[in-house]
Amino acid sequence: MNHWLVVPIILPAFAATALLIGARDNLSRQRSVGVVTVLALLVTSIVLLVRASDGPSSYAIGNWPAPFGIVLVLDRLSAMMVALTSCIALAAVLYAINGWDARGKHFHVLFQFQLVGINGAFLTGDIFNLFVCFEVMLIASYGLMLHGDGAWRLKAGFQYVTLNLIGSSLFLIAVGLIYAATGTLNLAHLAARLAVLAPGDVALLRTGALLLFAVFAIKSAIVPLHWWLPGTYGAASAPVAALFALLTKVGAYSILRLHSVAFSDDAAGVSTALSTLLMPAAVITLAVGAIGVLASRSMLELAAYSVIASMGTLLLAGAGLEPRQLAAALYYMLHSTLIGAALFLLVDVTAAGRGRAGDRLTPARRMPYAGAMGLLFLLAAVASAGLPPLSGFIGKLAILDSLRSTSMATIAWTVILTSSLLMIAGYARAGSTLFWATNDEAKAAVDAVSARPPLAPVAIVAVLIGLTAALSVFGGGAMTVLEATAREMATPSAYIDAVLRKTVSQVP
Amino acid sequence: MEFLLASAIGILMAVGIYLLLERRMLPVIVGLSFISYAVNLFLLAMGRLAIDKPPIIRPGVTDYTDPLPQALVLTAIVIAFGMTALIVVLGLRAYLETGSDAADVERTDMVREFGAGAHRDSR
Repeated sequence: MNHWLVVPIILPAFAATALLIGARDNLSRQRSVGVVTVLALLVTSIVLLVRASDGPSSYAIGNWPAPFGIVLVLDRLSAMMVALTSCIALAAVLYAINGWDARGKHFHVLFQFQLVGINGAFLTGDIFNLFVCFEVMLIASYGLMLHGDGAWRLKAGFQYVTLNLIGSSLFLIAVGLIYAATGTLNLAHLAARLAVLAPGDVALLRTGALLLFAVFAIKSAIVPLHWWLPGTYGAASAPVAALFALLTKVGAYSILRLHSVAFSDDAAGVSTALSTLLMPAAVITLAVGAIGVLASRSMLELAAYSVIASMGTLLLAGAGLEPRQLAAALYYMLHSTLIGAALFLLVDVTAAGRGRAGDRLTPARRMPYAGAMGLLFLLAAVASAGLPPLSGFIGKLAILDSLRSTSMATIAWTVILTSSLLMIAGYARAGSTLFWATNDEAKAAVDAVSARPPLAPVAIVAVLIGLTAALSVFGGGAMTVLEATAREMATPSAYIDAVLRKTVSQVP
Repeated sequence: MEFLLASAIGILMAVGIYLLLERRMLPVIVGLSFISYAVNLFLLAMGRLAIDKPPIIRPGVTDYTDPLPQALVLTAIVIAFGMTALIVVLGLRAYLETGSDAADVERTDMVREFGAGAHRDSR
């Protein structure tokens, strides 16, 4: 068995426990363990990426064969998501050790537990285990969101927790319905069972499946379930918000995974229903995100709404199961996660230099290092709005191209192009206010702030933006790999065989 | 039996949703607990209702009850318990710090600090 599969889950779990026991009050030890663990995760994820190119493989926890035991499954998609998690986590943890982690206790412990949940969600092959991983991820995210004090942060946290508890209840109801209809919660086994579903159970299963997708829609902030995102991400501290840029992608990943493995052959009409519901929802999400970017009053709102817009763009392509659409959606997923994380970190660095004005889009005193920050903001805006030469442009181009022959082509093209224009206008307005509009009386206050930009945080933002540039430079190679991933998703039989092996004949 | 369980789930869910719609923290927490009870009963019912049946395969027994939903409910109870404890503490802290039980956030309250300690030191 391929024991590498379990490493991304147990490594941060052990690290978190060790930190809790061994380094409660020793911040420097916590920092070194945190960074080393994330580096080890990065190495592991590269190993997994290499292994995944040989086709899907499964790992039976406790050596209980599927579908009786819980399995972890590694394929190209999950390996890619684990690698993306490691990259974002490295950026976030390096950013945090510049001081954010000292604002409260247990930052690194919670951070590692968050990674356990995220990696678990990407690797699991079982719906109930997905629920448990979601909960691990969410419990850690509650703690991380509340990191750093403030009474209003507690209230914003209360809303976030309440929303997710309701989401978890819906998740359990959906799990119950699916189990009642099919008698299994293993994704691969579910796909096999759907083919022989009793006609009386079809309605039950369809209700359960669509309810499950509704829960994922909450997580991935699809309109009309997006309103929690700006408040939550705005309340979280910068490195946490950067990691949260990944949480919406866990929702999107779950939609893609369940759709492509369990409900792909449309046995109960789930796939058709999902596509017809998801397409318009994604269009509206993109529109709302773009209008939000244009209308935002602060940089944090700008970053939050650009995340919403990116989810709309991603799921516009991810609504179908065409390999070309999936490849485009995956490319956009990589791009938008990197740029989302970069934006949240950039907001923090920029706003720190603007004194009392913070991240509000109002004229303020001149920033002491406006040139460097302005350049980074310009690059982030170019990537995020989808202008050449950065990866947002290639991602949007691939999505437009893949949607050309679908029935929604006209609407999708109109909305993607119009929303890009709106976002460019929004970024231009924000950037010119931030870096050019200065009020005279405050110019004298420049000396009060350090004249040098904080080097390490700026470097991290620059590296993240550099990664999107690399995604653009090596776009051809990336697309080839992603197309192989998409083909693997479009033919789930390899995944199903890897999970069930020969046990399926023994299953009643 | 079916009617009893179905109406119990429905009533618990309805009570939970009604309480959630109160915009104060304590009713929201109690409402969430009611919803989690409803969900637990629902999960149990999804394994089909069976009384006095063994969940483990034994020789000479033909009728079983499904053990899996019971395992799911057990996990769900543990998670719901932990979550309830968390949200009670969260609500209590928020109440003690703001002096109000309201679940909504005033925009004007939101004062964010940017840049971590490292840059603050150099100010």
